[in-house]
Amino acid sequence: MTTYRNRPDLVAALVRDDRVHRDLYLSDELFALEQERLFANTWVFLGHASQVPEAGDFVTQEIAGRPLLMVRQPDGAVHVMYNRCAHKGTQLVTDESGNTGRFFRCPYHAWTYKLDGAPLGLPLKNGYEGTQLKACESGQGLPVVKHVKVYRDFVFVRLADTGPSFEDYFGEVLGALDNMVDRSPEGKLTVGGGVLRNIVHCNWKMYLENINDTVHPMSTHESATKAAEALWEGHAPTDPKPMAMEQILPFGSGYEFFDKMGGRVFANGHSVLGVNFSIHSNYAQLPEYEAAMQAAHGVERATDILQRSPQNSVLYPSLSVKGSPQAIRVIRPLAANRTLIEAWSFRAAGAPALLFERAMSYNRLVFSPMSVVAHDDVHLFESIQQGLRAGGNEWISLHRNHDPAETQQATVTTNGTNELLMRNQFRAWAKAMTVEAAA
Amino acid sequence: MNDPRDFIAHEAGLLDERRFDDWLALFADGGHYWVPLLGAAQADPFSHNSLAYEDRLLLQLRVERLKNPRAHSQHPASHSQHVLQPSRIEEEAADEVRLRTPFLYVEARGDDQILLSGTARHHLIRTPTGWSIREKRIDLLNATRALPAIQLFI
Repeated sequence: MTTYRNRPDLVAALVRDDRVHRDLYLSDELFALEQERLFANTWVFLGHASQVPEAGDFVTQEIAGRPLLMVRQPDGAVHVMYNRCAHKGTQLVTDESGNTGRFFRCPYHAWTYKLDGAPLGLPLKNGYEGTQLKACESGQGLPVVKHVKVYRDFVFVRLADTGPSFEDYFGEVLGALDNMVDRSPEGKLTVGGGVLRNIVHCNWKMYLENINDTVHPMSTHESATKAAEALWEGHAPTDPKPMAMEQILPFGSGYEFFDKMGGRVFANGHSVLGVNFSIHSNYAQLPEYEAAMQAAHGVERATDILQRSPQNSVLYPSLSVKGSPQAIRVIRPLAANRTLIEAWSFRAAGAPALLFERAMSYNRLVFSPMSVVAHDDVHLFESIQQGLRAGGNEWISLHRNHDPAETQQATVTTNGTNELLMRNQFRAWAKAMTVEAAA
Repeated sequence: MNDPRDFIAHEAGLLDERRFDDWLALFADGGHYWVPLLGAAQADPFSHNSLAYEDRLLLQLRVERLKNPRAHSQHPASHSQHVLQPSRIEEEAADEVRLRTPFLYVEARGDDQILLSGTARHHLIRTPTGWSIREKRIDLLNATRALPAIQLFI
């Protein structure tokens, strides 16, 4: 049944000023339209350049249903192309990553391509003389993603031919990536320790909303924080905490803490939660690291970088950044009711090993499929996904701190529990979904 | 229970009966429970991340959390079934032993169940009261793939 495809008015009507319609989470048709429009028209995180250090290194990644290849070129550039032989459509590589040498060779009929996707050769060449192969798409090599931006080694793509530039799309929220990279005294990060991957049976937007939700930790994570508090009882506040305790205990902070941490929204759905402080603010300081940062950036700038540790920064629609524990989450939608969540850790060049340990520890404790914290989140997301199927109320409330004037400016700084951070995501959703994709 | 292979079967049985306090008591003071993210290919828990790498403090936290009525993900509760192949002794000394035990692990909750397979590798030390776990390492067959929530103990 087609309801929404040719009805931008109906799509736009799903997002009201202070609530959204349940079809956003349930409709297979909307999911297909999101793949065609939202994830094609916006800039989506593909991977990190450190995954492909040498010429010929590749990583495969599906974005918006398109199988893509990120490849390091002989001149050091990173290119992205479709992982699809120009002949019959065979995937050129089916490993997640590897090195292809100096060219790609299709396993089916041995058509070959240069690392930038240009056609190199094919067997029985004479058979194509006098045909139109060279003039048609199949003779042009691999389709290339034209709009690729490598920003401080974070690789983003925009699949549609038209749309906002990378800088216009993200604007000030790029400061979240800057902050994470600047935490390396050498200004360089590398992916480390592997990626933790979870399948969650909920809509991707629900997961993204929760990244901006500060009212749930008290009630959702009560079992984990109460257990941690009970085990840590009797210790003085100044006692050095094991890293796991340092990372889990702040989840039990009260409503006032989360409200005062503050939030900020930007145009196009992006946000920073915890502009004042966050659950990451009180990790033990490391004097040698601070000295290295001051030597690299100067005292004032180093202090500024290290003091900034937001809870989450959302680069809508696919990337969530935690600058202080140097971790990111990548949201990869699989279906209306199924989402792949990846948790990545980074090593910061010139920083002590303890920082990398923190990133891995945080991801393991909070975002692993065996996490002690996330089980309750995941249960509730899956519960919402079920609950929304029920009739009775077709709307999801986003009323908290709603102010009719909030849409008048692109950047708004507000209290940390304001659902504006979510409303802002849905406004961006409606905008991207009602623009016809050109690709 | 002198034969360490009997100990392995006993240990899995405690988990499947949800006797988590009794299970935790089997760990030595410096003992660890480790599920490497690279499965059998992983050399250590520090250079690469793990699905779980927990000392007694963290295991205690998990066990206490499971007892809390507001452990929302345990409504309904999860139950596990370990199906063990015979344990094979890898190394044996006077007061310690290493064993490997291939397994199937089923975790059921409500209408859903997940199936995992792999090899458990135990490093046990002998104490005056019997065997004690220095490390329980679980090499999952598909550790690197995307997984659903695993709520109890493999």
